[in-house]
Amino acid sequence: MTRRLPSTDAVIIGLGWTGSILAEALTRAGLNVVAIERGPWRDTATDFPTTYAQDELRYHIRHDLFLRPRQETFTFRHNANETALPMRAWGSFMPPNGVGGGGVHWNAETWRFLPSDFQQRSHNIERYGKNFLPDDMTIQDWGITYDDIEPYYDRFEYLCGTSGIAGNVKGVIKEGGNPFEGPRSREYPTPGQKQPFGPTLFAKAAIETGFKPFPQPSGNLSQAYTNPLGVTLGPCTYCGFCEWFGCGNYSKASPQTTILPVLVRRQNFQARTQCEVVKINLDKSGKRATGVTYIDSNGESWEQPAELVLLCAFQLFNVHMLLSSGIGQPYNPSTNEGVIGRNYSYQVTSSVNAFFEDKIFNPFISSGSIGMCVDDFNGDNFDHGELGFIGGGYIGAVQTNGRPLQSTNLPAGSPSWGADWKKLVKENYLRTYQTVTHGGCCSYRDAYLDLDPTYTDAFGRKLLRINFDFHPNELKMSQYLTDRVADITQKMGPKHMDKFPRTGPYNSTIYQTTHTCGGVVMGADPKTSALNRYLQSWDVPNLFVTGASAFPQNAGYNPTNTVAALAFMAGDAIVNQYLKAPGRPLVQA
Amino acid sequence: MMRQAACGLLLLLATAGTASADPDGQSFDQISRGRYLAALGDCAACHTIPGGPLYGGGRPLETPFGTLLAPNLTPDRETGIGAWTEEQFVAALRDGKFPGGHLYPAMPYTYYTRMTRDDALAIRAYLATVEPVRNDVVANQLPFPFGIRASMVGWNELFFTPGEFKPVAGKSAEWNRGAYLVEGLGHCGMCHTEKNFLGGDHTSRALQGGVLQGWFSPNVTGDAHTGVGGWSVDDIVEYLQTGHNRIAAATGPMSEVITNSTSKLDHEDLAAIATYLKDTAPQSGAAPVPLAANDAAMRAGAAVYTDHCAACHAAAGTGIVGLFPSLKGSSSVQSVDATSLIRVVLEGAQSVATDPAPTGASMPSFGWKLNDDQIAAAITYIRNSWGNAASPVSAGDVGKSRKQLSQATP
Amino acid sequence: MSISRRDLLTGTALSLTFSLASAQARTIAGALPWEPEAAIPPPRVEPGPWQFFTADEAAAVEAIADRLIPPDPETPGGKDAGCAVFIDRQLAGPYGSARALYMRPPFREGTPQQGQQSPLTPAMRYRQGLAALDKYCRQAFGGKAFAQLPDEQKDKVLTGMQKGPIVFEGASAPALFEQLLNNTREGFFADPTYGGNRNMVGWKMIGFPGARYDYRDWVDRHNERYPLPPVGIGGTRA
Repeated sequence: MTRRLPSTDAVIIGLGWTGSILAEALTRAGLNVVAIERGPWRDTATDFPTTYAQDELRYHIRHDLFLRPRQETFTFRHNANETALPMRAWGSFMPPNGVGGGGVHWNAETWRFLPSDFQQRSHNIERYGKNFLPDDMTIQDWGITYDDIEPYYDRFEYLCGTSGIAGNVKGVIKEGGNPFEGPRSREYPTPGQKQPFGPTLFAKAAIETGFKPFPQPSGNLSQAYTNPLGVTLGPCTYCGFCEWFGCGNYSKASPQTTILPVLVRRQNFQARTQCEVVKINLDKSGKRATGVTYIDSNGESWEQPAELVLLCAFQLFNVHMLLSSGIGQPYNPSTNEGVIGRNYSYQVTSSVNAFFEDKIFNPFISSGSIGMCVDDFNGDNFDHGELGFIGGGYIGAVQTNGRPLQSTNLPAGSPSWGADWKKLVKENYLRTYQTVTHGGCCSYRDAYLDLDPTYTDAFGRKLLRINFDFHPNELKMSQYLTDRVADITQKMGPKHMDKFPRTGPYNSTIYQTTHTCGGVVMGADPKTSALNRYLQSWDVPNLFVTGASAFPQNAGYNPTNTVAALAFMAGDAIVNQYLKAPGRPLVQA
Repeated sequence: MMRQAACGLLLLLATAGTASADPDGQSFDQISRGRYLAALGDCAACHTIPGGPLYGGGRPLETPFGTLLAPNLTPDRETGIGAWTEEQFVAALRDGKFPGGHLYPAMPYTYYTRMTRDDALAIRAYLATVEPVRNDVVANQLPFPFGIRASMVGWNELFFTPGEFKPVAGKSAEWNRGAYLVEGLGHCGMCHTEKNFLGGDHTSRALQGGVLQGWFSPNVTGDAHTGVGGWSVDDIVEYLQTGHNRIAAATGPMSEVITNSTSKLDHEDLAAIATYLKDTAPQSGAAPVPLAANDAAMRAGAAVYTDHCAACHAAAGTGIVGLFPSLKGSSSVQSVDATSLIRVVLEGAQSVATDPAPTGASMPSFGWKLNDDQIAAAITYIRNSWGNAASPVSAGDVGKSRKQLSQATP
Repeated sequence: MSISRRDLLTGTALSLTFSLASAQARTIAGALPWEPEAAIPPPRVEPGPWQFFTADEAAAVEAIADRLIPPDPETPGGKDAGCAVFIDRQLAGPYGSARALYMRPPFREGTPQQGQQSPLTPAMRYRQGLAALDKYCRQAFGGKAFAQLPDEQKDKVLTGMQKGPIVFEGASAPALFEQLLNNTREGFFADPTYGGNRNMVGWKMIGFPGARYDYRDWVDRHNERYPLPPVGIGGTRA
């Protein structure tokens, strides 16, 4: 029997980055906010202290901080010719769980998208002609411009204390930064991180090749910083246990290190952990959310009524929640109708392994967002006319760690065990460096999410089904980017180099990134989007849905800065506009 | 949830006949001042159960002699102090006597005796505006023979010098205000002055630190080495106001003092307290000579420090302002008594969060990870590095603390 | 919620490495929660009786570990590094029973990119696989168990399992080999608290400083060997 609780002003589903950002904005505006989080409360000194956070087996191999597939998973198939099967163990992406969400164990790579990324469709058609885009490519413009979102990028960067060197301040190109970036209103809040040997060598080689390398924008701070909320972060100590791990000394930007200390002190805020929201409830008209139903750790069912519902879970769970709650029209790939689940996209990464005779890289001295990068081949920063693909990505020397189980790369063709293997590992560990590419991913008719017909989760709900494969555009792009980073890597002077461009078919068992996107996309047209520019649902005006689920396709950068900026933008719209006329759409379709 | 005094005031103004209802400006000032003084005296720390009704009493106090329950101070006529006269209230604060006999000095009347009658009455006026709560607290839970209140007569003879504070000639008004606060309502010596075995103050070592409930409250005299002599007035003010300053972070029982009391005081009073403390007599004798860096314990400690402590407190011991306290130049690190240091390493610590300094960073616990030798070496190392000098800590000291902590009631 | 301090265990209850233990729902409001001694450290595996393997299974796994990572004059092999102990304790815990994985039916074979679709847990795979290996060896080598074969013969068997043509009865040879290879490497390079990488031999071999957390003084020192010995989560240097 579901027991009903007293109503609250706003209920937030999922207390990760965007849930924390919105909870802070709404409680500051005086609303009573209840945040419901499926996983546990997470705190630095208890859950990832400097005394045992640096455990590769526990956190990287056994996935201790992540969601367990047993609790919730997805099915996957490449296309309709296959039967989707469950992801019984994680592989290509690592869904988060717990307070702080992915913000606890991300790398903290804090990139902005390019201005042209927000108009990817119209921009590319204008430059290359409509026929340049494949027929089944469904990329679309976002409905906002870079200028709209710039103040919110700034806000997130200053919340985090992001470390970097600006490349373009108010239109003036600055030495040392990314010359391709969109104009920013001011410098980064802290200087770029100091770089270890590998990125420094790469940067030298890049300059020799004629590029302008710059430090990767980093949420591992280069120095102590106190943010506008009054919360203090420390300097990164290059421990090399960053992504997949929590930070033990308050030097990685996360909800824990930037927002939660202030948020929990507010009388009008309450977090409930180990409670899983299973449904967003609607009234009879189907146009108003009345609150959520959640299950606590005893299996008891509760209804939390609310005036405003904010779905702030990880991208895949957002889509699952809407489909399971019957909100919005599910996407049908045959008819190309419906929006929930439409335009699913991912990230296309690749790498180059370089082996040196005479260099000591100390790969364990690193951080999640360390690195020197080159952005000449991202977005439409280069002429694609002869290349036969659109989009791009950044390339760089961004090796984040020297953890042994991940770092025994050997030259291709080496034995995988035995005395020779052992000898090669010993000789190569300190002398190996990996460079990477990080490319965008377009959306397509046949890349989508829906509900699986066969498999269910612990609550009896159908699992979300992922229908996805790489298309030729992405594979060509990856080959091209890999060759470009290889050109630079070659100049570092390795004795041997192996290139690993991304090839098809998409392999869900090998880790690539957790940058799954789309499914509840934002846009200007309700026929092809689920949300307006403020992430407000076209169908249910008192429902907002944050996260990378809003991306109509993915650009060649890590998504978090854009995810957070959109959440800030939504927060401003809710506080300044929506609350003046609650329940009304902020944008006329 | 704590009731705001404003609600109490509205109650007062709206209903006639409760307490000293005289809704003119003078009464408002008195009540307002009383509220401030109650925060200064940190009455709520004992008389309010966390999350319970304000001043409703019932909170247990563990003393070396047994348990006491703090009484109900709300205006309830039967179970609170609503029926008390002015004289009875003032006598409780300043003479340690109440309608039921002698108070035990867990109630800091030995310090409150110094407050003026006006201040006492202001507190009374404020308490009269608090929501009445029905809570019949049997305060005396002490076992025989301590449970006999009359036995306090002898104790008071030995350890209680009643009398209002007398300003000291030749000292500034700020100093005297500070003395009035520290030696009176602030009752700092309650923790920061060593106690004898009967629970009285070692007055000759006033404010030079004391062990209470498994913590060593540090020396807060003007001693440059182990007290606040090396802190500026601004440092002390910042610490009391926010819980943090450029060197230190408050943790343990001091967190509550900052949250409930000192963070609510005005700048002038905090500066007065700082001025007074810096002028209190330091310990005699020169600072100890630091252990040599090549001493075996120092070398072992240096290794432990590099491996396990430097990631937050830095190789140079400087920490990060507002996040990780500085160990270098820290008076509490160089305390004569290392009880708090050992405790913090064993079980971790959460620094206090206040509105101006909300981060509230925590130190992880090391008790499961490092053995007694390692912890003793590390603490010895930090007590004698970067210009610090203090007595070494032994593995036996650490072992004793471990045992005490595991036996302590949670 | 009391995240109560967990005592160190001598190798049983490796459930500590998992937060699968269903913690109670709680409400957080007013202040960041904190408790003294709050920590969930990893277990400290001590040498002792096998907790999962039978004596024969352990002998086989030790022998396999010593071929996957053979001993040499500078660095011990998989056996002396404790890889079999590591694997034994892992299989006795939630990893072995696949407690984290989605194990609902139906189990269907899919494409390689759709991942493992077997109902076999790692513990089952070892049990069945080692039995099948033993049967194979006794049949092929006149009654000898794997551990009794000369080293070159062991290597041939392992190669045959990894790449073919060896086929087991009642178990997948390549699947067992992959499991063994992964777990042996894990045992060689994971923190020694888990029972392998004894005395941090794996880390010393490659020059990995272990559970250190502060390299600020070393970021700018390019192309220089880092001089300090490795440190384990257990608190000691190699």
